[in-house]
Amino acid sequence: MSDVTPIRTPAESALIAAFPAARKSLPGNAHVIALREAAFNRFEAKGLPHRRVEEWKYTDLRTAMRDALPLAQAPQAATLAALGHVADPFAQLDAYRITIVDGHHVPSLSVDAIKGVTLRDLAASLSTGDGIASLGTMAKADDSALALNAAFMQGGVVIEIAKGVALDKPIYLRFLVSGDKPHAIYPRVLVTVGEGASATLIEAHQGADGIAYQVNGVVEIKAGAKTHIQHVRLNAHGDAAIDLSSLGTDLGEAAEFKSLNFVMRPALTRHQVFARFSGEHIKLDVSGAALLKGKQHADSTLYVDHAMPHGESRELFKHVIDDEAVGVFQGKIVVQQIAQKTDGRMMSQAILLSDDATMNNKPELEIFADDVACGHGATCGALDEDLLFYLRARGLPKPEAEALMLAAFVGEALEKIENDAVREALEAQTQHWLLSRAIK
Amino acid sequence: MPAVKETVEQVKAIDVDQYKYGFETELEVDKAPKGLNEDIVRLISAKKNEPAWMLEWRLDAYRRWLTMREPTWARVDYPEIDFQDIHYYAAPKMNAAPKTIDDVDPAILDTYKKLGIPLREQEILAGVQQSKVAVDAVFDSVSVATTFKEELKKAGVIFCSISEAMREHPELVQKYIGTVVPVTDNYYATLNSAVFTDGSFVYVPKGVRCPMELSTYFRINEKNTGQFERTLIIAEEGAYVSYLEGCTAPQRDENQLHAAVVELIALDDAEIKYSTVQNWYPGDKDGKGGIYNFVTKRGDCRGKNSKISWTQVETGSAITWKYPSCILRGEGSRGEFYSIAVSNGRQQVDSGTKMIHLGKNTTSRIISKGISAGYSQNTYRGLVSAHRRATGARNFTNCDSLLIGNNCGAHTVPYIESKNGSAIFEHEATTSKISEDQLFYCMQRGLSEEEATALIVNGFVKDVLQQLPMEFAVEAQKLISISLEGSVG
Repeated sequence: MSDVTPIRTPAESALIAAFPAARKSLPGNAHVIALREAAFNRFEAKGLPHRRVEEWKYTDLRTAMRDALPLAQAPQAATLAALGHVADPFAQLDAYRITIVDGHHVPSLSVDAIKGVTLRDLAASLSTGDGIASLGTMAKADDSALALNAAFMQGGVVIEIAKGVALDKPIYLRFLVSGDKPHAIYPRVLVTVGEGASATLIEAHQGADGIAYQVNGVVEIKAGAKTHIQHVRLNAHGDAAIDLSSLGTDLGEAAEFKSLNFVMRPALTRHQVFARFSGEHIKLDVSGAALLKGKQHADSTLYVDHAMPHGESRELFKHVIDDEAVGVFQGKIVVQQIAQKTDGRMMSQAILLSDDATMNNKPELEIFADDVACGHGATCGALDEDLLFYLRARGLPKPEAEALMLAAFVGEALEKIENDAVREALEAQTQHWLLSRAIK
Repeated sequence: MPAVKETVEQVKAIDVDQYKYGFETELEVDKAPKGLNEDIVRLISAKKNEPAWMLEWRLDAYRRWLTMREPTWARVDYPEIDFQDIHYYAAPKMNAAPKTIDDVDPAILDTYKKLGIPLREQEILAGVQQSKVAVDAVFDSVSVATTFKEELKKAGVIFCSISEAMREHPELVQKYIGTVVPVTDNYYATLNSAVFTDGSFVYVPKGVRCPMELSTYFRINEKNTGQFERTLIIAEEGAYVSYLEGCTAPQRDENQLHAAVVELIALDDAEIKYSTVQNWYPGDKDGKGGIYNFVTKRGDCRGKNSKISWTQVETGSAITWKYPSCILRGEGSRGEFYSIAVSNGRQQVDSGTKMIHLGKNTTSRIISKGISAGYSQNTYRGLVSAHRRATGARNFTNCDSLLIGNNCGAHTVPYIESKNGSAIFEHEATTSKISEDQLFYCMQRGLSEEEATALIVNGFVKDVLQQLPMEFAVEAQKLISISLEGSVG
């Protein structure tokens, strides 16, 4: 890493200046305040990540984040009423709904109780210390984005699923950004899944177009032994938004964890996944799909730490990139010396639809154990001319033929979603995107 | 008792180092004082009777080097190098520049003979070797002999040491040196630009197919010296040349630095094939001693349909930091990289390539095989990039790693950057150990575990060995089995 300390950007200076006041106004007991301060010091030492920081090589936040924005306040009734008109991408989904507006949990728009689940308001828990013992232990990395969220986290929910509970419906976390003015939003969600429990967690993120708000969210999931978890995240933030997202998970013995991130609209987004194998016989499946156009920039970064034997991990990422958009995939599989019999497969595929599109792939393997089978693949290129010709020869106009091929390409990732309603909703989003492209 | 005896012998074989080029030659040596400053740079330049522009070039590089920092991004770990504790120039004492091979110190000729590199042309012709190979022998800081010069001259090919080229063909050197690896390129390349002492120079004129393989043999002999060589190969329009490079050093407890720069330039329709068998002293089993091999190698496919191909077999060095690259500038040009990196003991390898697609319809292919054993760390680090104008660029990359034993590491760090929609890049990498089934199959047919491992490893690296010129392929195959000896069981 470069030890050159660059001059502070206006955004960095503003963030540093804002912290003392924020520390006083943001919720938190003594323990949380210490946590915030430690995180802030890490951020202050490193500043915003830039291209000389290896993990952020392709996403230069220092350049992209021009200025720091004021922290978003808890939404007023009028704001909530206005948000009622925003179409719900999972409107058809039968689920336990929890709504988080501008980083603040809104009880009036959320389910009160779920059987077998303890629900808490994160802001309240930060003050009382209830249920947040493991806060900050899953998403753990020397990373400035994570540190910023830990320093400024405002609200969210704490979800505790009891041992052996099999949830009958998904828990649907709907994150909305209000407004006409850009704000900075730092939500955090902490999920603990007890031994043998199974759950589906859906996230949808939406915000208004044309407003350059900034979101830096963290979701932490502690998966106990023999748990079965499916996680789906839809990123439909506004087209001027900067969205940073981290998912940290710690997996217990024989846990099965599936996560998919679907990116549609934001100007700049980075979704980073930190997964740690804390038991044997774990199955992890992380995937992602991104549909990018205009000047969008979408980064998917993974850090999979095989710290125990007999683990299995599968990663599949699909990027469709049009216009001058930029796709980034960085995946790192680490296999520790004791993690024998690890089986890891990572694949990143990109289709570049325009001459000005860019894809940066960096799949990494770091292996210290000998009895393993690990592999990664990465491809990028244009749509196959022969396939296109085949379809057109059968009477499909070019835009439709392309749409058909792209839908199939993205579909390989979406197939991993077990819940039909969720998968169909994302397939509909894909169709919509492809259609708008065909009309253009 | 046979089992015990066998075990004892095996342990002995591991104990006694298997590096067979570890001997030292006693010679009277002309050395520059230890340390690095402008005077040393001037001294080197004066020793070489260089033109004034060259001295300026070196001093420029030196001043720039002072402002640079050692890179730390590679996955290698070594104590800080004291750049003031090295002799930057060491040459065997000679009364006058040797005119013929008979003037060269017999001790040096013996050294090369021991290494299996005969320098007397008649010996080569009389020998069993079928095809002729012209050799430039670089001993510490100087080139001691170049064979078959006359015959090559008849074909129009210039093959000599770079010091000689600077005197005889200054216009060519000045035109091309530093145009592929600029003085400012990186820490070690800049250091090399300031203090390089010798190396080979090859110029193949338009339309000439070089009549024989060219080869340079690098030998570090003197203690506390660094070897900084510089090689420059130019293939004019339609020319072809195949060049081999070999290297060894004595077995010593302290680490020695080898920081070379190699520049290749291929013009329209030219082809350069560059093969390396790197067998520097790797240090003993505890990681004591060994060469630090920090090398910058780069080829520039400047002309249309030109081709540069790198083939490397890396078995030596305590630390290897080496990324032979191709800049694919000319339309339709092609770059290739075939590599076998074997690491054992405490060796650390961080090697790979860069394929930079700038021109239209450029193609490249990367095949890298890493084998790690013992306590070694073996990293493949590579970049494939297509720039905006590289329409129709195509790359295929395959890097496989094999782990032998439970204490080594194999890592893959590829960077794949495409800025052009019509570029097609494919990359695949796998890491595994030798399959139990394969081992069992071979052993069931009467092979020992070591033999079986060697057989499987040879199969694993076959793709790359096939790219080596005949004479080297056999040698390389032997080298791989030697490096892996003692890694099983």
